[in-house]
Amino acid sequence: MIQTLFGPPEATPGFLERLREAVQSTRSTLVGHLEDLVQGKSVIDATLLEELEEVLIAGDVGSATTQEVMGAVRQQVNRGQLKDAGELKGAIKEQLLNILQVTSNGVAAPTNSPVVILVVGVNGTGKTTTIGKLAYLIGSQNKKVLLCAGDTFRAAAVEQLEIWGQRTQCEIIKQRPGADPSAVLFDALTSAKARQFDYVIADTAGRLHTKVNLMAELEKMCRTSQRVIPGSPHEVLLVLDATTGQNGLQQARQFTERAGVTGVALTKLDGTAKGGVVLAIARELKLPIRYIGVGEQKEDLLPFDPEQFIESLFS
Amino acid sequence: MFENLTGKLQQVFKRLRGEGKLTEENMTEALREIRLALLEADVNFKVVKQLIDNIRAKALGQDVLNSFSPTQQVVKIVRDELVELLGTTAAKLRFAPQSPSVVFLVGLQGSGKTTSAGKLARWLQKGGHHPLLVSVDVYRPAAREQLFLVAKNIGIPVFQGSATARPAELALAAQQEARQKGYDVLVVDTAGRLHVDEELMSELEEMKQLLQPTEILFIADAMTGQDAVHSAEEFHRRLNLTGVILTKLDGDARGGAALSIRFVTGQPVKFVGTGEKYENLELFHPDRMASRILGMGDLLTLIEKAEETVDRQQAEELEHKLRTDRFSLEDFREQIRQARRMGPLDQVLAMLPSIGPFKGLRPDAVEEKQLVRTEAIINSMTSKERTHPQIINGSRRRRIARGSGASVQEVNQLLRQYDQLRKMMRSLGGRAFKKFGGRTKLPALSS
Repeated sequence: MIQTLFGPPEATPGFLERLREAVQSTRSTLVGHLEDLVQGKSVIDATLLEELEEVLIAGDVGSATTQEVMGAVRQQVNRGQLKDAGELKGAIKEQLLNILQVTSNGVAAPTNSPVVILVVGVNGTGKTTTIGKLAYLIGSQNKKVLLCAGDTFRAAAVEQLEIWGQRTQCEIIKQRPGADPSAVLFDALTSAKARQFDYVIADTAGRLHTKVNLMAELEKMCRTSQRVIPGSPHEVLLVLDATTGQNGLQQARQFTERAGVTGVALTKLDGTAKGGVVLAIARELKLPIRYIGVGEQKEDLLPFDPEQFIESLFS
Repeated sequence: MFENLTGKLQQVFKRLRGEGKLTEENMTEALREIRLALLEADVNFKVVKQLIDNIRAKALGQDVLNSFSPTQQVVKIVRDELVELLGTTAAKLRFAPQSPSVVFLVGLQGSGKTTSAGKLARWLQKGGHHPLLVSVDVYRPAAREQLFLVAKNIGIPVFQGSATARPAELALAAQQEARQKGYDVLVVDTAGRLHVDEELMSELEEMKQLLQPTEILFIADAMTGQDAVHSAEEFHRRLNLTGVILTKLDGDARGGAALSIRFVTGQPVKFVGTGEKYENLELFHPDRMASRILGMGDLLTLIEKAEETVDRQQAEELEHKLRTDRFSLEDFREQIRQARRMGPLDQVLAMLPSIGPFKGLRPDAVEEKQLVRTEAIINSMTSKERTHPQIINGSRRRRIARGSGASVQEVNQLLRQYDQLRKMMRSLGGRAFKKFGGRTKLPALSS
């Protein structure tokens, strides 16, 4: 999917390095947790299964998804398909990978109009920072990116995006604080169309998914986008904080229902949080995870790699 | 959607009806449901284990009291356990003997430090203090501008300082300014940082050394999951936190992180952030938080209130009247009065959980005004009319309507409702009351 919209992810030399660094902190605290569990045990017993279950719970995977995965694995054990404790990890990983194999209909990049990406989420998940990094990522593929300062509510949100614009050499369309975000979006889209930008990335104010009026405001932004550029927004990116627990699923549900989320960016994975709630999200809403955020620098947005991600759950 | 723990426990105990004691066997399944409910609320699994052990120890061997169902009894044990862990009383903010008191706000990125700084400063000002704000977040783009704007919006002074200064320099200069200009509290908004970021964590330690804050408050997002224990523990280990502000509680997160953080730091939650406005900072109530984590609403407070206001003897009299079919409009009026004595109706209804049987019943569903009108109509009747409503004919109806400023239709409606209520009671006989242990059912609420 990332491929169709943004071209293949570039494998710069620093890429793996950064990923390793990013998960290092996570890793060092819980080094080889699973290996510890599995090693020295040849028999699969109830205690081992319980401990593995705890690893998933501790990663915020949530009790429903955990029970489903462990249920399937227990069945395999009972049928004698898994005899050795060593095979257990592989079996669990496979279950988890299946959940993440979301078959999303890739959004076809339009031929002559700008691609519109609307970035949404609750307060403080890192929307503006993610936009900065995304602008850098897309810009480095020689695409012209226009930023839209759609967060007209939070103090200094526009200034924050402006600084990211300077860092990534992207132009920004803004209005005064308190302006109607749909109006700013309208300006940005018309301007991008006239001046032949390839991408418009629109910021929005953080909002709790329970606030009816604010969610309606998002709906309006989607309508505005659709009117100026039919078929847009091409991507509605939900920015989700990896430290979020089970409420993340509720956020994803509400934002998908009201704003038509098409993908998820999982931020702050450079801490010790695992962000396992995306498994629950992928399982229920079939939403693909597109990016992970692993730091505060402009390079710190990486394409999501399901296998890496699951590996880090267990490390 | 979330399921209410009470509802689940009810199902568990339905299968075990008639048990007079809470035993190992009948508790096993109940404890499983409690464990799942707590995990679903994002309480850390290690904390859950500890809680479950405590709950098991307390519950086993307890006789099921007559006035309680096993469900109620277990819920009470769980809730008491949570309240005990959260701290039984509301914690207060501490001030230094010599001004200015310094308050540090620390936490992960995006937990709401800057917004909380504004809210806290406003709260302090309302309490008669003279706060000064300073942002030492020199890292995130436009972070300092954000606090300047917040301060401007709420009309509280903010220390600007040089744009190139280091965090510690900014904080010290702000402290100096507070001392000189007579501000008594300095609120320091620090940069968001990961607890594993060695460099930034030692920067905080250094600032703590230099400024000797009286309060170091950890700002935590109510939506935080299992990882809350790691970040809180590390911040506490490095800085000795003195309290917590739990933010974004106006969402629908259960907020189990509050338990996790309290468990690993031992420090009380002092405030909660409950909205986008700067006034939306409230003192923390452990009992309400416990109910929220269990998805219960504030039902227990409601029951307590009902017990306080509903006179036991009156309730028994009423029961007798209902059984003997002598429930008059006079009694109806008394019911309305009791219901209203419990407080404004919308507040009473707001205490009900938003799930389970009360799902559709929101505060705006029943109108307080309606009750006032109903009472006014009954007030306009003669005492004979109240005890013998059947004598109310057309001419009496017109008089009652005129007397109470209502229309004849409204009078008719009231009489119909009263009639239905009586029929309903008659068909239920005494059964309904045995079930509620003699507790009045407040029929006025069902009108």
